[in-house]
Amino acid sequence: MSPVAVSTSSAVGKSTANAAAPIRIAVRKLDFYYGDFKGLKDINLNFHDRQVTALIGPSGCGKSTLLRTFNRIYSLYPEQRAEGEIILDGKNVLSPSIDVNELRARVGMVFQKPTPFPMSIYDNVAFGIRLYEKLPRAELDVRVEEALRKAALWDEVKDKLKQSGMGLSGGQQQRLCIARTIAQRPEVILFDEPTSALDPISTGKIEELIEQLRSEFTIVIVTHNMQQAARISQFTAFMYLGELVEFDVTTKMFMNPSKKQTQDYITGRFG
Amino acid sequence: MAEHIVSSYDTELQHLRRRISEMGGIAEKMLVDAMTGLVRGDLPLAQTVIAADPRLDMLQREVEESAILTIARRQPLAVDLRETISAIRVSGDVERIGDLAKNIAKRTVAIAGQFQPQKIVVGLQHMNDLVLGQLKDVLDAYSQQDTAKALDVWQRDGAIDALYTSLFRELLTYMMEDPRNISFCTHLLFCAKNIERIGDHTTNIAETVHYLVTGETLAIDRPKNDTSIDATLDIGA
Repeated sequence: MSPVAVSTSSAVGKSTANAAAPIRIAVRKLDFYYGDFKGLKDINLNFHDRQVTALIGPSGCGKSTLLRTFNRIYSLYPEQRAEGEIILDGKNVLSPSIDVNELRARVGMVFQKPTPFPMSIYDNVAFGIRLYEKLPRAELDVRVEEALRKAALWDEVKDKLKQSGMGLSGGQQQRLCIARTIAQRPEVILFDEPTSALDPISTGKIEELIEQLRSEFTIVIVTHNMQQAARISQFTAFMYLGELVEFDVTTKMFMNPSKKQTQDYITGRFG
Repeated sequence: MAEHIVSSYDTELQHLRRRISEMGGIAEKMLVDAMTGLVRGDLPLAQTVIAADPRLDMLQREVEESAILTIARRQPLAVDLRETISAIRVSGDVERIGDLAKNIAKRTVAIAGQFQPQKIVVGLQHMNDLVLGQLKDVLDAYSQQDTAKALDVWQRDGAIDALYTSLFRELLTYMMEDPRNISFCTHLLFCAKNIERIGDHTTNIAETVHYLVTGETLAIDRPKNDTSIDATLDIGA
């Protein structure tokens, strides 16, 4: 009688990882340079459709750099460049023929600190839509409301859409930024430590929102909070010194990671 | 394993390990003394077993409370989470082992001075030696995080079940021979059952060690050779 082991990572529930989901973003042999410094080294990684993938690792490991390649936001800085391929819907987003503005509408981004524009709540959300589409007022109203509803902010701001977005609380501002992003109907949303400046209640609301957004969008989130990654993601990638150390289903990563480096990091043993 | 950046985290986990090893030591001694007390009819020794149990209960509560606090304070992950959960499980098993040893001691007091067939007593002693070996090995496996050793214990438990079945038949025979034997035979039967249950707890701990080390649970049914249920049917027929 030889004992057979089963993996405990087969957790049940709505947040179960779906490894069979189509691949939305495929990163192939990606290198990234800050001038002479190589910030990412030969990254190969798949991001599954309508799943949340968390990128974790110590500061400077390249997780935000990787996030910033998906919408080429790094190209605002002349000394930064990426080599390799990031395939989104069959096209390499690093290719010079890609329209960067169009790319950024398809790949939205939410930052660590809320970045509302100094304009009304309504205009904050309408801003992104107006960049790409000329819509009649009534249609624009519908889109703004839809985005604010999806960002779980509508009920709190519906009576003060004309007021400045700067007057909202930090958590509301962050949800306003999420509304601005989803108003453009992107395919992918990138979150770069979206809750690190927020209190626990606002953090809970953002986490709940990310769980809901997953039904429509492919989500990549950079977070320093291990428990947050464990709670809200289906897949987790651990990076260190510009390299991808381990990528797996989140439950496996946090219960029984394969690599010692991953284990040391998530258990707080990193030297 | 490297140390945590927060050293008090290591202290907390070490505290759990030390408490469990203390519990293991107490339970082993209780089991040895309970059997010696039974075999020799040594009532003072049986009393020390009964007196040792509250300390074990207290330690178990302490382990549980510390583990819960660690979860609340540290939100442990991966091997740390498995270690914390395992501490709760193992302390529960060891505490139950203590209860079962105490129960043997209580029965020793209850049947003091009554005739005890040598064959049965030798059988119980043998069963107890096997279980004690399992308990020692599985506690070592736990402290050394040695999954091979734990699996060995897990596979050995079938032998104890087989011994239990044979003792069960033996005791039934005595009882049928003379109804005056029923009282002490029933007590001895419960003693045998207690030892068999202790064996089950050692396999529980073995499974926990396997989970702690590998992060995976043992999937197949554990070895079972307890056919005492069939023995009842045989005799009734």
